[in-house]
Amino acid sequence: MPDLYGEAMRFLTALALTWTTFAATAFATPGQPTDGALGFQPAVTPIMEDIVSFHNILLVIITVITLFVMGLLVWVMIRYNRKANPTPSKNSHNTLLEVVWTALPVLILIGIAIPSFPLLYLQDELPPEIDFTLKATGNQWNWSYEYPDHEVAEYFSNMIEDEDLQPGQLRNLSVDYPLVVPVNATVRLQVTATDVIHNWAMPAFGTKMDAIPGRINEAWFEVTEEGVYYGQCSELCGLRHAFMPIEVHAVPQDVFDAWIAAKAEDEYSEAADAIIAEYTAARETRLAQLD
Amino acid sequence: MSADAATHDDHTPSMWDWRRWVLSTNHKDIGTMYLVFAIFAGIIGGGLSGLIRWELMEPGLQVFTGEDTGWGALFGNAHNYNVVTTMHALIMIFFMVMPAMIGGFGNWFVPLMIGAPDMAFPRMNNISFWLLPASFALALMSMFVPGAGADLGFGGGWVLYPPLSTSGHNGPAMDLLILSLHIAGISSILGAINFITTIFNMRAPGMTIHKMPLFVWSVLVTVFLLLLSLPVLAGALTMLLTDRNFGTAFFDPAGGGDPVMYQHLFWFFGHPEVYILILPGFGIISHIVSTFSRKPIFGYLGMAYAMVAIGFIGFLVWAHHMYTVGMPVDLKAYFVAATMVIAVPTGIKIFSWIATMWGGSMEFRTPMMWAIGFIFLFTVGGVTGVVLANAGVDQALHDTYYVVAHFHYVLSLGAVFAIFAGWYYWFEKIFGVKYNSFLARAQFFFFFIGANVIFFPQHFLGLQGMPRRYVDYPDNFEFWNSVSSWGYVIMLVGMVLFFAVLVDAIVRRRKGEANPWGEGATTLEWTLSSPPPFHQFSELPKIK
Repeated sequence: MPDLYGEAMRFLTALALTWTTFAATAFATPGQPTDGALGFQPAVTPIMEDIVSFHNILLVIITVITLFVMGLLVWVMIRYNRKANPTPSKNSHNTLLEVVWTALPVLILIGIAIPSFPLLYLQDELPPEIDFTLKATGNQWNWSYEYPDHEVAEYFSNMIEDEDLQPGQLRNLSVDYPLVVPVNATVRLQVTATDVIHNWAMPAFGTKMDAIPGRINEAWFEVTEEGVYYGQCSELCGLRHAFMPIEVHAVPQDVFDAWIAAKAEDEYSEAADAIIAEYTAARETRLAQLD
Repeated sequence: MSADAATHDDHTPSMWDWRRWVLSTNHKDIGTMYLVFAIFAGIIGGGLSGLIRWELMEPGLQVFTGEDTGWGALFGNAHNYNVVTTMHALIMIFFMVMPAMIGGFGNWFVPLMIGAPDMAFPRMNNISFWLLPASFALALMSMFVPGAGADLGFGGGWVLYPPLSTSGHNGPAMDLLILSLHIAGISSILGAINFITTIFNMRAPGMTIHKMPLFVWSVLVTVFLLLLSLPVLAGALTMLLTDRNFGTAFFDPAGGGDPVMYQHLFWFFGHPEVYILILPGFGIISHIVSTFSRKPIFGYLGMAYAMVAIGFIGFLVWAHHMYTVGMPVDLKAYFVAATMVIAVPTGIKIFSWIATMWGGSMEFRTPMMWAIGFIFLFTVGGVTGVVLANAGVDQALHDTYYVVAHFHYVLSLGAVFAIFAGWYYWFEKIFGVKYNSFLARAQFFFFFIGANVIFFPQHFLGLQGMPRRYVDYPDNFEFWNSVSSWGYVIMLVGMVLFFAVLVDAIVRRRKGEANPWGEGATTLEWTLSSPPPFHQFSELPKIK
């Protein structure tokens, strides 16, 4: 039996903490979920910034519509209940009203479509200048990555099991051999799979692309902030679907160059790991001093 | 008219005669069997969702641990979690909502509302029903035979995407599931033929197509969707079956096939299917709103043709479930536009319901409470549908809990609320006894609060990026997941109250009236006794 009392107390504590968490969304660490948060993870690519601002518009529209319908329902329940209005009217037509509630939603939808289509085409059409290509392959149950332009051989990226987690690593999100990309570089992502369909998804980038055996799908992203970003497989792929996360480090160009040179020598290079570890430690110290 | 029915020589067979049920050709008995079947399937489907919420209450593996000790031995591992989510969906769709709405309420009230003595093909009606338990048995069996390797059951999601459903599941579980869905499909197609024939040919004199009650309209549109979409599913399922067993490669890239082709076929069925689940609910809600406002339906023709429009457009929007498969961008743009168009007829329906109440003399009897709850919750599910229709935003939300929240708002809180609204609207008519409205209202409040606590936080999880179909999640998704699981507990209390209502009605047996709702209830079923005579309308009613 689950400990119901403990559960209830933990729930109440969490509830009390929520309101502080609401405010804490502003302090959310980019690239990973925040407990109790209500909206998107912070955006770190131009695409995700556009998704967030478009969603903000949509959220206002749908909230207004829902409150409007709720208001109408409350109003008719107060004004037209049996006590307030014992004799019902018999009207069942009003052409003008019907035309209005057909035409008005059409106008709202057109208003939504105007920002929607440019966003769609921005995501889908690769920019003319691509810095390099990155290939991700979904397997049951891990990702493997290649940097064909840098002649890095395919390496596998597995989730860190719970018992092997180091301080600072995140359960179900951290991997052994992450991806590394330079900040402000335009990366072409090619996605495919070897067995069943997977999906390479990175919430902070606004990237989500099916990895389908026999196909290569393309997407692109340009990370504008240094940091570590986590994503997860987003197409059901069997037993360990929940345990094949994605980890991307966005680093300055010189760190990337050193890393990729080491990787080109040996795709599981310890030197490459050391470069990233050293850079991450330095960055954390720097950030700590800023605080 | 009720006098005619009452004087008719009524030779109702005994309730305890097995032949009355197994060999039934009576639309009301068959309707009752469908309703009982739906309740039974609903208990299993709802129980499975309890396992899901139990597992997701905390991060880490609690239920589907895969260990030999404790609960793990009973429930298995993460694969079995996938089996549970898959079967929860299939059972709720094919064995709970569809049998309740089309088989149950449709069988009961389409003939009564159009003034017909029975369905057009009473024996086919019998086989339509009895195929379902066979289909359900196959589906349940599939949970207990090998699916992927030594793991039992099929855990590839109700959409059955290959290659996970072909090379990804080598055991017989998937084959049983394919056969189960084939049989369920045959059952529905036969039912659809029966309803179309009945509605087109057996309306009472004077009941023109534009005088038909809206519930009959809704069932007519629904069964056309079934008739046109299910053969496509049957084709896709057969191709899966031959890919699995006979060496074809329809969906196998190694043999020149294409897994995405399956998704197009599946959703060509799957999108109309979700309208199949909700359209009869639209009809039910219209009658309830009109009855308890004591007003005729506002904009009857607009309501009827809005459903026709929803059904028609429903066939043209399937690939909005597949925005991330790598479709050409212009094709995605088309599906965005077509999908958003659906919001227009849906809006007409919502506003017409409110306009029906406007100026009315509303009475908040139990069915009306469910109906008002439906209208509000369906609006919430509808507007998030508009968000998801935009492929640009869907890129962030696809396959996250936002989608789960959206479709549970339209189905778990939309279709299911409509079913309960109809259940309490027609309970007295069907069973001839009254129910305890205090308990029934209490059930409504527990359901309304519980369902919102379960599903509203899932919007937040989805926005934060939590993917669907995850047995375990990163620790920072914990808070809203635990809230959601507590919501399940609230809803469970509502479910207990539902059975309390049943037990109370059975024990007290307070005799029902022919028309408990008064002057607002104008359709033909209220002119008959409660329950109606075994055979009704031996003299056809005339509609002015």
